[in-house]
Amino acid sequence: MMRDARLLIKALRDPSSVETLDSGQWTELISIARAESLIGSLAHRVRDMTVPDRARAVLQDAIEAHDLARQQALWEADCARRALADCSGKIVLMKGTAYVAANLAAGVGRSIGDLDIMVPREDLPVVEAALLDAGWEWVKPDPYDDQYYREHMHELPPLIHRERDRMIDVHHTILPLTAGPRPDADAILNDAVRLENGLYVMAPADMVLHSIAHLFADGDLAGGLRNLWDINLLLGHFSAENKNFWAELHRRAQIHGLCAELARALRLSNRLYGTPLDESRPDETIVSDSFYVRRLLARDGYGRETRKFTRFAFYVRSHWLRMPPLMLARHLWTKWRKGGKPSN
Amino acid sequence: MGEMHQILLKIGPAAFRIASTWREPLDQLAALYNAYPAPADQSVDFTVRLEPEKPWRRFIRPSVHIGGDFWLPDAAPLPLKQGLLAAEMGMNLQMALGWRRHLLLHASSVEKDGKALVMTGLSGSGKSTLSAMLAERGWRFMGDEFALLSLDSGQISPFPRLISLKNEAIGAMQKVAAETRFGPEMKTTPKGDIRHLVPPKAAVERMDAPARPALLLFPRFGHAPELREMGKSEVFVRLTQASTNYVALGEAGFHALTRFVDQVPVKAMDYQSTDQAEQMIGELWSRLP
Repeated sequence: MMRDARLLIKALRDPSSVETLDSGQWTELISIARAESLIGSLAHRVRDMTVPDRARAVLQDAIEAHDLARQQALWEADCARRALADCSGKIVLMKGTAYVAANLAAGVGRSIGDLDIMVPREDLPVVEAALLDAGWEWVKPDPYDDQYYREHMHELPPLIHRERDRMIDVHHTILPLTAGPRPDADAILNDAVRLENGLYVMAPADMVLHSIAHLFADGDLAGGLRNLWDINLLLGHFSAENKNFWAELHRRAQIHGLCAELARALRLSNRLYGTPLDESRPDETIVSDSFYVRRLLARDGYGRETRKFTRFAFYVRSHWLRMPPLMLARHLWTKWRKGGKPSN
Repeated sequence: MGEMHQILLKIGPAAFRIASTWREPLDQLAALYNAYPAPADQSVDFTVRLEPEKPWRRFIRPSVHIGGDFWLPDAAPLPLKQGLLAAEMGMNLQMALGWRRHLLLHASSVEKDGKALVMTGLSGSGKSTLSAMLAERGWRFMGDEFALLSLDSGQISPFPRLISLKNEAIGAMQKVAAETRFGPEMKTTPKGDIRHLVPPKAAVERMDAPARPALLLFPRFGHAPELREMGKSEVFVRLTQASTNYVALGEAGFHALTRFVDQVPVKAMDYQSTDQAEQMIGELWSRLP
């Protein structure tokens, strides 16, 4: 039995490697890929390989499920576009919806849950009112959570559409206001690229840096393999398309205060997925990368989460990243008194 | 976290790996699914995991958390004594959330003369017991939980897992089925008393043979016998609610379901006893085109 997620990494990195798997290994690969939300990406990746019949059927299911997810994500984005037609500021699609809307390889077979958009901070009241008017409702009508989001987060409290049951997260920047780095939200909005339908996506470097910020400067690396796979595909695509991309990427990272996160992402993406890197950069090995790899691969052949201690360490780190210690203590205290799990 | 015990099962078109921290539930499964063929080539569609809810719950008041490739965040754990039920619920969950090769209807189904009778309704309507009873009276049992409606051919494929008998149905079936076909008695589960019953031999031998749906019934137990017509739009809406993957299948699910509703005759059937139901079904069946 596989003790970590290497089987999945290998299949994504070198699709022809799956041709030698026996049925037991296929079962493990499928469980790991489903648990890491990478089954759709895997399915597309091994499309032309020789695969046993039942595994082929499972992969075909995943392709069809993700085709529908893609269609629904685009539909949801269009619903938001129509609801916000009277808002003058840019509406920037983020994450999975942006990848499919911009027809990027990172969107192929990707699972997409909520709709994430970014708008200018000063537009938030108008956007909020327009969405409420068009049928979205608050998910967590809790005064503490509400106030917490508004004062300290990079997004409004989540809204859900009462008929379509789909969530929307409205961001005004890409990291919580309490995090260390303070990305330049105005620069992101200024350089956003217009799509045919009038919605926007971030410019290439910003799109990559948002994914990197989300993975390494916010959160506990849950779903990290999927996130890093996005980063790998985005880097591959943009660097092949534009030879000045690497320089632009480093320049933007400086503007957003994300140089360390970018360096970490490049090293890990190269180490796990073999992403071709900027040749001007020296090869480095950083000891702490091993802890990240250990965490990212913490999944066994039954699809179980493993390495509880490493997982917990990254969970604690995620709170540390988000808030200064005193604020963290106050937040956890309030949450604890309310009897809820400290999930934010 | 080490190796888990595991068993592979094939039920109708779907194949499962059931992995468990404990041996007992798998031994029970192995005994009850003894007559089922192993998945071809040991390949499976889904993994179900039965694990302790917390590490110490492996030994102290052992409690089984139901997990797997597809899972629900709020699934309540079951005591180890109900491990068999946990495994069955785990397989149902994989089908409900993950299966895409058919439209899943929460319905029982039986077959005669190459035609399928599909029965759906709320829990307590008696659809499961009726299918089990009819299976002892000359019908081929196809499933008591899910009817699998083909997306292309419009046929129903069997999913003849163990029949899950609840409360009074246990005693009723004990009168007509051999004791060797019953699983362990599980008292006071979240669904009441439960005992599993191995379907008749023909159900297992012919579990890959689909049948054309010829009649859809909405049975309702405990009311004076009556047959009522139902409007197509009501039937359609109720079946969308009875399907676990109608939304997930998108357009393919819509086409399969509209064709089903257009082509299959429907009746709502109130009844007070199995004999009564059997007679009513017999009459309807003889008048089918």
